[in-house]
Amino acid sequence: MNTFDVVVIGSGPGGYVAAIRAAQLGLTVACIDKVKELGGTCLNIGCIPSKTLLHASELYWKMVHEAEAYGLKSGECSYSFKEMMKRKQKVVTSFNEGIAALFKKNKITFFPGSAKLISPTVVQVAGEQIGAKNIILATGSEPSSLPFLPFDEKKIVSSTGALSLTKVPERLLVIGAGVIGVELGSVYSRLGSKVEFVEFLDRICPTLDEAVSKELQKILTKQGMAFRLSSKVTGADITSNEVILRVGTEQLRGDVVLIAVGRKPYTQNLGLEAVGIVPTAKGTIPIDNRFRTSIPTIYAIGDIIDGPMLAHKASEEGVAVAEIIAGQNPVVNYLAIPNVIYTYPEVAAVGLTEAEAASLGITVKTGMFPFKINSRAKCTGEEEGFVKIVSDSASDVILGIHIIGAHASELIAEGALAIQNGLTTLQLAHTPHAHPTLSEALKEAALGVHHRAIHR
Amino acid sequence: MGESISEATISRIIKTSGSVVRRDEEIIELETDKVNQVLYAPQAGQLSFSVKIGDTVKIGQLIGTIDTDVPAPTGPVAPLAAAAPAPALAAPPKPALTATTGPSARKMAPDVIAEIKAPKAAAPAMQMQPAPSGNRKRMSSLRRTIAQKLVEVKNTTAMLTTFNEVDMTRVMEIRAKEQADFQARYGVKLGFMSFFIKAAAAALKAFPDVHSYIEGDDMVAFPNYDIGVAVSTEKGLMVPVVRKCDTASFGEIEKQIFEYAKKAREGTIVIDDLRGGCFTITNGGTFGSLLSTPILNPPQSAILGMHAILKRPIALNDQVVIRPMMYLALSYDHRIIDGKEAVQFLVHMKENLEDPNKLLLDL
Repeated sequence: MNTFDVVVIGSGPGGYVAAIRAAQLGLTVACIDKVKELGGTCLNIGCIPSKTLLHASELYWKMVHEAEAYGLKSGECSYSFKEMMKRKQKVVTSFNEGIAALFKKNKITFFPGSAKLISPTVVQVAGEQIGAKNIILATGSEPSSLPFLPFDEKKIVSSTGALSLTKVPERLLVIGAGVIGVELGSVYSRLGSKVEFVEFLDRICPTLDEAVSKELQKILTKQGMAFRLSSKVTGADITSNEVILRVGTEQLRGDVVLIAVGRKPYTQNLGLEAVGIVPTAKGTIPIDNRFRTSIPTIYAIGDIIDGPMLAHKASEEGVAVAEIIAGQNPVVNYLAIPNVIYTYPEVAAVGLTEAEAASLGITVKTGMFPFKINSRAKCTGEEEGFVKIVSDSASDVILGIHIIGAHASELIAEGALAIQNGLTTLQLAHTPHAHPTLSEALKEAALGVHHRAIHR
Repeated sequence: MGESISEATISRIIKTSGSVVRRDEEIIELETDKVNQVLYAPQAGQLSFSVKIGDTVKIGQLIGTIDTDVPAPTGPVAPLAAAAPAPALAAPPKPALTATTGPSARKMAPDVIAEIKAPKAAAPAMQMQPAPSGNRKRMSSLRRTIAQKLVEVKNTTAMLTTFNEVDMTRVMEIRAKEQADFQARYGVKLGFMSFFIKAAAAALKAFPDVHSYIEGDDMVAFPNYDIGVAVSTEKGLMVPVVRKCDTASFGEIEKQIFEYAKKAREGTIVIDDLRGGCFTITNGGTFGSLLSTPILNPPQSAILGMHAILKRPIALNDQVVIRPMMYLALSYDHRIIDGKEAVQFLVHMKENLEDPNKLLLDL
């Protein structure tokens, strides 16, 4: 039997990164994935394909709705959905090959096939048994469904199906106005679909700071999307040419229904029972504060443990576990893990919201700066949104940064750096920022905490 | 200061890119944490540097090329790597697969809040705006390395110091009597240092623990009797190493010291001059120190401090007499050297210096 120091199950952003880090540390590593395309959900049916479609549809939308304001004229603008999908696939495939090359470079052995735990030190894949001194479970998550509305991935789609439609639906109903819902809803809205959301809670993207969540809803509504909040889908009828959702006493009709009500840990057929690992009621795998399951040789990371289901969160955990196995003492700072929504404008946040800080008993100060009076935003005409900073009033340490605005996904890196290193708002405010840039809004918001904003 | 040099800073570009240079001409100067080193053109040709002043380069890194076929642009190009013996980059050691216990690897929001609320949390904000102070300048690379290494030694060894004193009468008599002949024969002056080096080499032979260093869980004997002598230079302290002190004659030792003193003045000491010492002698007496506790020069396990020679009344055969006296200090790593060995080592040196005949007879 072939034995490795580390066997990683799952090749998503948690698993493949853990495998590479373990190999860097001199360990012998194998990685198993049920599909032969490396990269997991993120790369194949998640972050990466959705971002390619979001970008293409954003460009189209800007050409149609905004070009004239910049003095641009290019005749009638149209798109080929087929070509957009082709480009998406090309991007995905290039990353698949990229990870394969990284595995080769780091001498990581890849086994395609479904993995099954046989014992705390043996994993079976494709009829073969592999010995493992340590096992890292990184099997990720899958979309949650509604009991009365199973996925057929044609009319009733999960995010996976929504990324592979063959044509743009005239009417798209989205159940769940969370991150995945508003991103994919945006794609089809921009391409011409009439998009309507049904959200159970009283606001969209409920993990966001309330001010940001409200601003986002306002902007998306202006773009043509409709939101039904505090509403519950109680049933559905599927006819040959449409789907009818029952929401209270009303009926909503759509050609395609996207169910984006969340994701659940994916651990089916992994053989957890064979080794004695018992998932929680939510399906997550319990771990100690060093990512170890109830079995000492088995670790778990990413979407199958607690915390936000984010690719980069899984990657950080993957690196940490590899280092723990190698005898090191890494620390993942969960407060510094950023969170991005790739709508237009983008939304990005890191750290605590004002409400979360209050619930932890902290007296906070806040500073806010709108992009409307930011020089760069004015130049590019991307003036929507604002930056909000939440700090501990006693120590001035930054607790949270919340951005809605163009390129928020890139701007948030500065916030993550600040929180990871426990910086104060004054330290951020005293850092020189280039002019004219969007990042100046962060500096101004930090100054705003002390009522010292220069341009406000 | 440690033995390994892995990177250097470009401190001076003597010949700029585009210059045509002769073979062995000085072209660029590197500053390491120990020494400045000039690099010479390995071939004649047209220079092209890919670095600028202030860049940090790894040993072995390509810093430029020399086109050996100037003016023909297609000529072969000699690679020009950051010189100095390249320490072999060993594959990373395979970590032990232990792992499971240890500090928490998961820092959650409440943990961060607790850190912020802990009393020390106010410190960063205060550090940001220090009280108004006098001049501030960045420490040189050499100074920073010295600072870091010294603290590291204090933190990683069990260092302490034992003292003794030596009556320099006989050494001074020999120097006075033989000075002319010695100079005629060797062309250098007979100083005090050769006596101390010979006495140290003899004591190192007699006390092998002092002539060892710690590597992991092992005690390893040094393969040679090369002894470093600390010298103060314009750029800071340097410790060039006098070779083969067990077999070299007084004349050969004084010649080596003379050469190093000259190189130190000219700033031409090279890295190889600083490598491989098994023991160090530092003379605080040059500046008038009467007594001091030197800090080890790792991986070495002991260092001798010499001090000023001062005429003092001492008791000799129950008579008070005036003698030229020097205090000696031996700092040692108590992890591998017992107090008894350290004390006896210093007594051994004292006896040899007070009666140099013993050195002659290897007693």
